[in-house]
Amino acid sequence: MIIKKFNTLKFNHHKNRNISLISGVLFFSVGIIDFYLNNYFNTNITSFLPRIINFFTPLIFGVIGLHLIRIEFSGIKILDSLNKNINTTNFNAALSVSIILLIIFGLPPLLNWLILDANFAGDSKEACTGGGACWVYIKVWFNRFMYGMYPNTEQWRVNLTFIAVLVFMAAGFFTPTRLRNYLSLYYVLILPIISFILIYFIVSGGSFGLVWVETGAWGGLSLTFMVSFFSLIFCFPLGMMLALGRRSDLPIVKYSSLSFIEFWRGVPLITVLFMSAVMFPMFLPDGTYVDKLIRVVVAITLFEAAYTAEVIRGGLQALPRGQYDAAKSLGMGYWRMHVFVILPQALKLVIPGIANTFLALIKDTPLIFVVGLLELVGMLNLAKTNPKWLGFSMEGYVFAGIIFWIICYSMSKYSQNLELKYKTDR
Amino acid sequence: MKIKKILPQLLTLLFIVLVFGFFTMNAQENMSTRGLEFGFGFLNTQASFDIQFSLIDYDGSHTYARAYLVGLLNTLLVAFIGIILATLLGAIVGIARLSPNYLIRKTASFYIEFFRNIPLLLQIFFWYFAALRALPMLEDAPMLLNSSFMTIKGLYAPSPIWINFDVFFTTIIIAMIVIFFFARYAKKKQEQEGKRLPVLIISLAIFTGLPLLTFLIGGVDLSWSFPVIRQMSASSYTFDGGLKIPPELIALTLALTLYTATFIAENVRAGIQGIGKGQKEAAASIGLTPSQVLKLVVMPQALRIIIPPTTNQYLNLTKNSSLAAAIAYPDLVLVFAGTAMMQTGRAIEIVGITMATYLTISLGISLLMNWYNKRIAIQEK
Repeated sequence: MIIKKFNTLKFNHHKNRNISLISGVLFFSVGIIDFYLNNYFNTNITSFLPRIINFFTPLIFGVIGLHLIRIEFSGIKILDSLNKNINTTNFNAALSVSIILLIIFGLPPLLNWLILDANFAGDSKEACTGGGACWVYIKVWFNRFMYGMYPNTEQWRVNLTFIAVLVFMAAGFFTPTRLRNYLSLYYVLILPIISFILIYFIVSGGSFGLVWVETGAWGGLSLTFMVSFFSLIFCFPLGMMLALGRRSDLPIVKYSSLSFIEFWRGVPLITVLFMSAVMFPMFLPDGTYVDKLIRVVVAITLFEAAYTAEVIRGGLQALPRGQYDAAKSLGMGYWRMHVFVILPQALKLVIPGIANTFLALIKDTPLIFVVGLLELVGMLNLAKTNPKWLGFSMEGYVFAGIIFWIICYSMSKYSQNLELKYKTDR
Repeated sequence: MKIKKILPQLLTLLFIVLVFGFFTMNAQENMSTRGLEFGFGFLNTQASFDIQFSLIDYDGSHTYARAYLVGLLNTLLVAFIGIILATLLGAIVGIARLSPNYLIRKTASFYIEFFRNIPLLLQIFFWYFAALRALPMLEDAPMLLNSSFMTIKGLYAPSPIWINFDVFFTTIIIAMIVIFFFARYAKKKQEQEGKRLPVLIISLAIFTGLPLLTFLIGGVDLSWSFPVIRQMSASSYTFDGGLKIPPELIALTLALTLYTATFIAENVRAGIQGIGKGQKEAAASIGLTPSQVLKLVVMPQALRIIIPPTTNQYLNLTKNSSLAAAIAYPDLVLVFAGTAMMQTGRAIEIVGITMATYLTISLGISLLMNWYNKRIAIQEK
């Protein structure tokens, strides 16, 4: 009760309302202005106060201001919603003021660095004269960040392949109704083969008059996409088999799936990549050589398949027993039951989980620097050691951060939409 | 009917045996052509490389086994600090996500969406190569809190010098045991007589009082060694005394904490939201105060939802700490799977040991978790 009295003022009748409103706004503005002047003009209008209080004056004034305007049922719509949302108690008011002050403190320098003082024009380090970010660096290195060491004149091949794969992927959405039944077959089996052929013949080259480009030269963001695309389409069927295997009642199948899953889930990806780089060649007959990129894709696929399996198992477990019993009573065998009844429902349930696994996969791809493949983050680290462009690591990391953030954020939003769309009530 | 059960199992077994057999045969052949012999004898030979940062006594004259231990301890150190900080931050942000205050709520969700959608490796690089490199040189660093220096070479902080530390440490353990039995006694008393003892206050008193007593009568003493700057030559400086925390450790802990806390925050939010409104209302209607509602009704149920996914995040953090290798923090992967392997060339043994170590940690914690989950699960009749 005492707290409540302390938090809301009593004089809410009309005579005093305006006085407290005006004084509240005044206090609040004094706090904000004091903070602003302190930070950007190096003048302190409250320097007459003792030093310890002085540091907190903006906060104290702001809270007093918010306290004064906290009037119940004031009759002013904006004020009421303000009080309800950011100003319910003194503690909340203090937090709100701190956040407002933090924004005033942080946002202008950030904007200055990112845009206002930044350099966009020019094509050499000397063009960067302002105090802000040097986006010229990104502009000059843009091709490297996107395509790695892939020769400049051949980069249309990467673009062409990406567009072609996208077209083939989109083709699934426009299939005529009578082919709908084969859609999953298309995505699981035919699309990977088509994309592999496209990448093998166009990006890698070597035939049809195209120059051969070794995989060591591939890199940048396009490599991120390639690795995560292939790992995703391969890890999904594998994960499905493992999930079914783990729920099987045949002991050998069950325990081998279980140990496979637990093994890959228990080790960090970086050691798996180490394994593919240094340990795997020992396991092959002398003289055989498997391309680095293929080894990496296989390693990531096995690793992510274990996680996918656990996600799918969650979906299988969430299905009510009645579904299994009903399918069996119709005389369906194990495979028919799973393909036509169980999996379509279970997979719908696990869409968000699968999307999360895929997000984790994309965020894990930078790790392939361990085996010497340089995707976007790896290229950044290479570029920042270039003697002509020393000292721009911040710009590079911010640029990569923005790109990854856009990809991951839009994907997570998309998966949330899918989740809503496929939500079937039980 | 029998065939249907046996055939798939036989095929699986055959597949596994074939794959493993193929790999072992090749490995044996490859090792014999390189003149290597499979074995762990190398662990007892001299490592002859240095490690920048180590919790235990180590230099080049120690064995590979000792180097492994140094790496493992460094990994556990990062994981331990990271887990504590991420839990604190995650709990605060998770609760802030549910705040009635619009600004707090939005700030919390902005933080979560921002940090969880950027690859962890990129964040580690950002802190190490971009943010911490902007710190002042040793000689220009301002003094923080009258004792510490935050410089480009790391954080220099005062280190404690103990006299009779073992007495102090034993007392803390004794205090914990006393508190444990006291809490059990208090619970029993409440169940039998309905009397509530002020457990928290008395526990705190025991926990601080007993160790403090040792200063008076146990001969324990504590003094601090402060870092003092010393000029070595015209442009090179160093700090004498105190504790040095390398920038690699700071960058790694910072990135791991900020990244993992976003996931823990979401778990905390989901846990608290998962408690039905009816539970709170029912608790309030039988006369519990708001703090009792939180402590006795909401939290025990919310923890049941929060703890399993949060342990998963702890495991992820521990496994992610292996990214340390990218910024040369001497963790298990860098020391053992990196340097030691380069020197000995024993790829199979070393990668095997490294993986087995992580596997043991993961399986150990998940077994513990399964046991705990069974214990706290609602017993349905």
